[in-house]
Amino acid sequence: MGIGLTQILFVSTALFFIGVYGFLTRRNMITMLMAIELILNSININFIAFNKYLYADKLDGLFFTVFIITIAAAEAAVAIAIIINLYRSYKSIDIEDADTMKY
Amino acid sequence: MNASTVIFYILAALILGGAILSVTSRKIFRAAIYLLFSLIGIAGLYFYLNYEFIAAVQVIVYVGGIVVLIIFSVFLTHESGKDMKKPALGRALFSFLAAAFACALTMSLIMKQQFIPTPNAAIEPSVNNIGTQMLSTTQFGYILPFEVVSMLLLAAMIGCIVIAIKVKAPENIIAAGHELKVPDDINEEIEEQINASL
Repeated sequence: MGIGLTQILFVSTALFFIGVYGFLTRRNMITMLMAIELILNSININFIAFNKYLYADKLDGLFFTVFIITIAAAEAAVAIAIIINLYRSYKSIDIEDADTMKY
Repeated sequence: MNASTVIFYILAALILGGAILSVTSRKIFRAAIYLLFSLIGIAGLYFYLNYEFIAAVQVIVYVGGIVVLIIFSVFLTHESGKDMKKPALGRALFSFLAAAFACALTMSLIMKQQFIPTPNAAIEPSVNNIGTQMLSTTQFGYILPFEVVSMLLLAAMIGCIVIAIKVKAPENIIAAGHELKVPDDINEEIEEQINASL
């Protein structure tokens, strides 16, 4: 059997929920950021696969992927700036320790 | 089972294996390296689907940019040989169950779904076509999102500098939870200076 859309969607679904699992279990901000990157990448695979197999006459899925990659880069940079600033203030990047605004 | 199928399954194993190790590894530096392998596998998947431009962007931005940024931030914030805490058993169990059931539900929906491809002729996703449509101002052009994203990148860059810059002002010390220490003899010093100036 050849590789169709279904197989690629299986891979991206599995990748998405691996990312969700990591996001729920990790308590360290940098590893949570890595889980978010996995989730965004699974979305990118979805866009590319749909563009390739269902709408080969258009390029819109490709453009969405390009913009998602751009925004993910901006998001990672801002998140890491915030993490480094938090580390300077609290000497820890565990989310359980960052509870000043909670109470 | 032909070569194309075998290559796809190798790529899928690389992506998913890297992702699983990345979210379960207890050494943070290793987690970042496994993430790198997973992202390279995704770039390979784009090559497999003949989207060379996106594959190149993936390698340049994710592998060359974001993972390096993550590794630098690991070095800035961790003693990177140390193991991280294990997640609590209950949280790990319930997260796994939630992810597994949602994954099974989504996969069963995908299996039931009939996908109908478009009958129109395919466009080659070449750099020529991509560039022409991205910068076109006609109805299906992407010039407006392109410009908006460039503003967003500028804003993110300035925001990063403002957030991460090291300020040595007193309010920063107060924000860090320390008392601002004023020397006891500061009033005497000021009085002496006033007297001297008089």
